[in-house]
Amino acid sequence: MELDPLLLSRIQFAFVVSFHAIFPVFTIGLASYIAVLEALGFKTGNPVWLKLSGFWTKVFAVVFGMGVVSGIVMSFQFGTNWSNFAQASANFLGPILSYEVITAFFLEAAFLGVLLFGRDKVPPGIHLLSAIMVATGTFISSFWILSANSWMQTPTGFELRDGIFHVTSWSEAIFNPSFPFRFMHMALASFLTGSFVVAGVSAWYLLRGREVEANRKALSMCLWLLLFIAPAQLVVGDFHGLSTLEHQPTKVAAMEGNWETSSNVPLLLFAIPDQENQTNHFEIGIPSLASMILTHEWDGVVPGLNEVPREEQPPVAIVFWSFRIMVGIGTLMILFALTGLVLRAGGRYWRTPWFLQALRFMSIAPFVAVLTGWFVTEVGRSPWLVYGLMTHAEAVTPSLTGGMALFTLIGYIVVYAMVFSAGVYYLMRVLYVGLEGSEQEHDLESDRPMRPLSATHVPFEYDEGNESANADQPATRGGH
Amino acid sequence: MELFDLALIWAFIIGFGIIMYVLMDGFDLGVGILFPFAPNEQARDTMMNSVAPVWDGNETWLVLGGAGLLAAFPLVYTIFLPALYIGVFLLLAGLIFRGVAFEFRFKARTSRYLWNWAFAGGSTVATFAQGAVVGAYIQGFETANGVYVGGALDWLTPFTVLTGLGMLAGYALLGSTWLILKTEGDLQQWAYRITTPLLLGVLVIFAIISVWTPFVDDLVRERWFSNLSVIWILPVLTLLCAWQIFRSVRNRSEGMPFVATMGLFIFTYLGLLVSRWPYVVPPEYTLWEAASAYESQLFLLLGLLFVIPIVLAYTAWTYWVFRGKVRADAGYH
Ligand code: HDD
Ligand code: HEM
Ligand code: HEM
Repeated sequence: MELDPLLLSRIQFAFVVSFHAIFPVFTIGLASYIAVLEALGFKTGNPVWLKLSGFWTKVFAVVFGMGVVSGIVMSFQFGTNWSNFAQASANFLGPILSYEVITAFFLEAAFLGVLLFGRDKVPPGIHLLSAIMVATGTFISSFWILSANSWMQTPTGFELRDGIFHVTSWSEAIFNPSFPFRFMHMALASFLTGSFVVAGVSAWYLLRGREVEANRKALSMCLWLLLFIAPAQLVVGDFHGLSTLEHQPTKVAAMEGNWETSSNVPLLLFAIPDQENQTNHFEIGIPSLASMILTHEWDGVVPGLNEVPREEQPPVAIVFWSFRIMVGIGTLMILFALTGLVLRAGGRYWRTPWFLQALRFMSIAPFVAVLTGWFVTEVGRSPWLVYGLMTHAEAVTPSLTGGMALFTLIGYIVVYAMVFSAGVYYLMRVLYVGLEGSEQEHDLESDRPMRPLSATHVPFEYDEGNESANADQPATRGGH
Repeated sequence: MELFDLALIWAFIIGFGIIMYVLMDGFDLGVGILFPFAPNEQARDTMMNSVAPVWDGNETWLVLGGAGLLAAFPLVYTIFLPALYIGVFLLLAGLIFRGVAFEFRFKARTSRYLWNWAFAGGSTVATFAQGAVVGAYIQGFETANGVYVGGALDWLTPFTVLTGLGMLAGYALLGSTWLILKTEGDLQQWAYRITTPLLLGVLVIFAIISVWTPFVDDLVRERWFSNLSVIWILPVLTLLCAWQIFRSVRNRSEGMPFVATMGLFIFTYLGLLVSRWPYVVPPEYTLWEAASAYESQLFLLLGLLFVIPIVLAYTAWTYWVFRGKVRADAGYH
């Protein structure tokens, strides 16, 4: 069998970027949460806030560390597998990615050291400032990288000469049409991820009666925040979709599973798209609703996949289903936020076991929504890499052979599997030891700044003596 | 029309960045290479502690190097990376293992030996790959119309294996002289003992490389033996540094071996650069041909001039926050 370097490169890119993506969305949300906790602690002097912030900083350190190592791989992918693309777009992507390094990565790295190890070394106000700087850094980082990605989706502000993109207007290129929506959508996604993970973990501790006061406060904060950002995500997502309709109609057609341009298009709840025969099977839909959402008229005309030739259509089923999973999870999130509000009456939200159990399981939902969201965006634009201008096939490294691509694909899978199972396992251990662990802490780290994971003092292996206290005797542990 | 030769300015910036990276990450990779040979487990703790505060920041310079090349000299980025495809993978895999080993080793008890191997193996593989990149650069690349057209393993030749080994010996030397500077007692004595043999190893390999290089490439031969005889000052300075290392180790000086080793690297690096100047993708492309658009180089340069002083200021501030001596036995257990 002939190995296709293009297909293998796409699989490899999807694998490494998906892996990388799940860490930043969490760290962006969590960094802001920690900054808020630090600010509350600074203002009120209530030790509960600092206890929470201390614990979540440990989790942050581990996740951030894994974001860094997987991110270093990303910055070399463009050159190794997509060298034609890198060469064509270097005039724009090069400066943008470099700006990300100098304005964000150095900022994060420097202030992270102070945030993690400096509590006793700097005045409280400076420590708070460091937390704010780290959170700011993560946003600056997403600003640049999302600008780069959005430019590939909706390129503007350039001139194509001899196959090379030359920037004619930096502001138009950076603030390209899809960028504002993508940035807002992603920022909200990060906050949703942070909130649902913190809520889920707090719920689990509450179920076991551990550190009730602190975890109740944390849960309450998350539920308030969700009440605003979960519906906001729906609104921003809607605007995002409208902008996509304007610039990438084929992608919207795939999202809606709409093969023919027509009016009164139904909103499909279920269907099995059939690319071969250019039609759907087993359609279940709400009449005319898609027309209404996309054009704000019941009989509005929605573009279909038949507008472009077969070979310019994306794989419809992936886009169609990924979109439904994302929106489904988004709706579920709104439901959770509302349930939380209802249960607030009589302070039941932290004592209702089924709700807490459900929250526990919801903590993985945002990650699924983020990945499926990216699948919609990225798969939906294929075969284009730079929309309308450069295809995947044109972008791939000419000298790359199938064997080389397969070698590194397997290599990355093996390396990531080893490293990240160790990381996730360790994260579980940190969560297991919990907030109580922070009390036994003593400051031995003072001489070892700037190292994300070492902010935690939890030993790597399971240690009988220590944990059984937490696991088996929740009653003695909780409530102080 | 264009006011400054931006490509030239960028060549200096990137050239400076590379030597900064080599010197800074070099000694912490070197400590990793020496790891398996350390006298005992306690010495390994100390060795790791001595580089722990700095390695992470050092690697951010590598990321900047990658992005900076893409921005200023895209042709270098898009020819080197495909040509060194397998090597780049090994480099990244090595760096990943090494990076997490730093973090997990201190927390591990029964599985500690595994993280020892991850640290040593990762450092060794990453260093070898970097050395092979240097060799591949001297060797040159097979290109057509600005695109790499050679095979997957063209970069792996006896010559690049030798430069890889040279880099291993060189970083190990940086590592051992760093340990002389930063540690005391038995470990320091051990570091003194291994430095002289390492230095000899480095000199032998560098000598073979120097003799071999003119045969690998015509331009280099011409440079060395005809028009540019000033070049010979560089090997002389390199040898002076080597002698200085030898002497200062005998005198049991603490700081000098490290400083002289850095000098050794700097002069070798300069020698390499002048031999190849102004070709950045030998044998075809000069730095002007490899440059990105003028407005792109300018756009980034303006930002760099404005942001880098701020970056340096707060980086210096964080170092100041954590000033003071690194404790050898900072209890981690
Ligand atoms: C919306 C957010 C986002 C997205 C879509 C990406 N990243 Fe990322 N990246 C971050 C947000 C982020 C971050 C939050 O800023 C990280 C996580 C941990 C960290 O150190 O910074 C990071 C780390 C990180 C690092 C390590 C930085 C360091 O050494 O400190 C690199 C090199 C990259 N990223 C590069 C990329 C590339 C090439 C991407 C796309 C293909 C990419 N990232 C997608
Ligand atoms: C961070 C979250 C991201 C995720 C989860 C993601 C996911 C994906 C997926 C699944 C594909 C494969 C599409 C296909 O093969 O049809 C893809 C393609 C691609 N994406 Fe993204 N993406 C992300 C961010 C980005 C960003 C920020 C950039 C650019 C700066 C980018 C650049 C690309 C490129 C170059 C491709 C083409 C290679 C390919 O088709 O596999 N992606 N991405
Ligand atoms: C609630 C209803 C939601 C709607 C209507 C919606 C809408 C959209 C649309 C239309 C896109 C594709 C835009 C394009 O490719 O041009 C998208 C992408 C995306 N969505 Fe959603 N979304 C919703 C919920 C969520 C939730 C809850 C999350 C995560 C927590 C999320 C995360 C993402 C991500 C990461 C992307 C890819 C990046 C981007 O293009 O912004 N979405 N969304």
